[in-house]
Amino acid sequence: MEIRRIILQPGERAPQLPADTAQVPLELRVKGFLKQAAALGQEAEITTVIGRTQRGLVTAINPRHSHDFGEPVPELLTIGAELRRLLEGSRDAK
Amino acid sequence: MPSSYQSVMARQNEIMKKAIGFDYQQFEQSAIAFDYEGMMAATGYDLASVRRIQAETGVGQTPLLELKNITRLARQLAPPAFGARIFLKDEACNPSGSFKARRAAISVYQAQQLGYKGVIAATSGNYGAAVASQAAMRGLACIVVQEVFDSRGVGQPEILEKTRACEAYGAEVCQLTVGPELFYVFLTLLEETGYFNASLYTPYAIAGVESLGAEIAEEILARTGRFPDVVMVTHAGGGNVTGTARGLQQAGASTTQVVGASVDLSGLHMASDRDFNRKSFTTGHTGFGVPFATWPDRADVPRNAARPLRYLDRYVTVTQGEVFYATEMLAQLEGLERGPAGNTSLAAAFAVAQTMPADQILVVQETEYTGAGKHPLAQLTFARQQGIEVRRGDPRDSRPGHSILIPEDPAQIAVRDYDLDDLRRSYVRNALRRTAITELSPEDIAFLQADARASRKLVLQVARELEVRVP
Repeated sequence: MEIRRIILQPGERAPQLPADTAQVPLELRVKGFLKQAAALGQEAEITTVIGRTQRGLVTAINPRHSHDFGEPVPELLTIGAELRRLLEGSRDAK
Repeated sequence: MPSSYQSVMARQNEIMKKAIGFDYQQFEQSAIAFDYEGMMAATGYDLASVRRIQAETGVGQTPLLELKNITRLARQLAPPAFGARIFLKDEACNPSGSFKARRAAISVYQAQQLGYKGVIAATSGNYGAAVASQAAMRGLACIVVQEVFDSRGVGQPEILEKTRACEAYGAEVCQLTVGPELFYVFLTLLEETGYFNASLYTPYAIAGVESLGAEIAEEILARTGRFPDVVMVTHAGGGNVTGTARGLQQAGASTTQVVGASVDLSGLHMASDRDFNRKSFTTGHTGFGVPFATWPDRADVPRNAARPLRYLDRYVTVTQGEVFYATEMLAQLEGLERGPAGNTSLAAAFAVAQTMPADQILVVQETEYTGAGKHPLAQLTFARQQGIEVRRGDPRDSRPGHSILIPEDPAQIAVRDYDLDDLRRSYVRNALRRTAITELSPEDIAFLQADARASRKLVLQVARELEVRVP
């Protein structure tokens, strides 16, 4: 389970924030096991992996890791061959 | 106890004292000056004990690799008889995949010695996984506080991977949206749990990096018969530079030049919700490198043990595109898939080596592990999704937050020097403004000179500009 809680509302935040950050709340997300059954969007308590209790709105059930290795980037794909060609050229020159 | 932002920040000093078990007050000498070397010595951890503690958890003694193909390529681009031999310290071989294990090893050991039940670290970098890994080995609970998302809930891929790694080692990860109030959350957690503040910036954490500098000096001496001429260090918060330089000095490499390298992210505001996901590097960049050099005590401890201006002989920047290029170079010419952020120093080294005679030695002082999200393809895919232009071109034409230019040719990789005197002036200005003092004592001047490695003239000049009286 992942829950989310607002830690500071826009008016409660640190002074001297850039304008874009100052107008949004500071939010926390943390994962753990539900203490009592709760559905997405409901307020719930969880026990984190180290046994602490945290409270917030349920944002995800078994949240998947969304980060990956991305798409092939053509701008990078040819660099290896280009560099090897340069090195081979130097060998020929010697 | 009141939990508003202001009230928690006001309790900062007492929270810290309980959470580090170290009295910083005893080293204070005036509003400006403190006894830095006295503070470092007070940890009780000399180089030999640092090494013994790190050996207990398999930290350090990483391979030192000679980058023969990259050296050959650099020599091809350099004038005749130029192109230093480039070596690389493969710090990715540490238990958690980066040199940060060295810092965490001593912090977590200290927490254990003092009887704390757990440790907390406020970091979005590799240090989180390092603390989590060391805490797992020593049986302590661990919480890592990270800045992960913008207000849309979009996470930085590099940091999402670091969340995953911390969780893999059994840590609770508190993921936050953008903002410096991460420090406020960190303080409330320390207060709630009574855990140890495993800050990156305690004397323990910095002592942990000294073994890296010492290993480099000793291994290069043993293999080549001389100390390295240049050690290139990726610079962010300053601990890497400080600890490595101190270790080099302790091993006798007193003439080795310590060069810091950061990714240029000028123009991006580090606390901006919008800019947060417009960068492709979340560490090793000027957004940390410059503010931490010019005001180290902004850190999460009363006095930062990382004081990079004391040790930097030179500070250079490279672009995001150059670091991605260097990452490809390392993978394809040397067979090492590492970084990318840790390869900031490699990109800079490739350029600097070309300006050094061929009989000299340059050491790139770290690598870090690669993973999902923490990879050139992942980060450039994400950059494109955020509307950043990615193309081949002259990296000098790139603009952080708008474009990333991947060099068309290795000859385009170049470093730009950051004027250290500018940083020194800015440091002295910060010291005078933040303490709001009206008069400098001879001791204050001596401290500022040492802390910024600045001339007396420079210190006095800044003081006069700010109308601070001098003796």
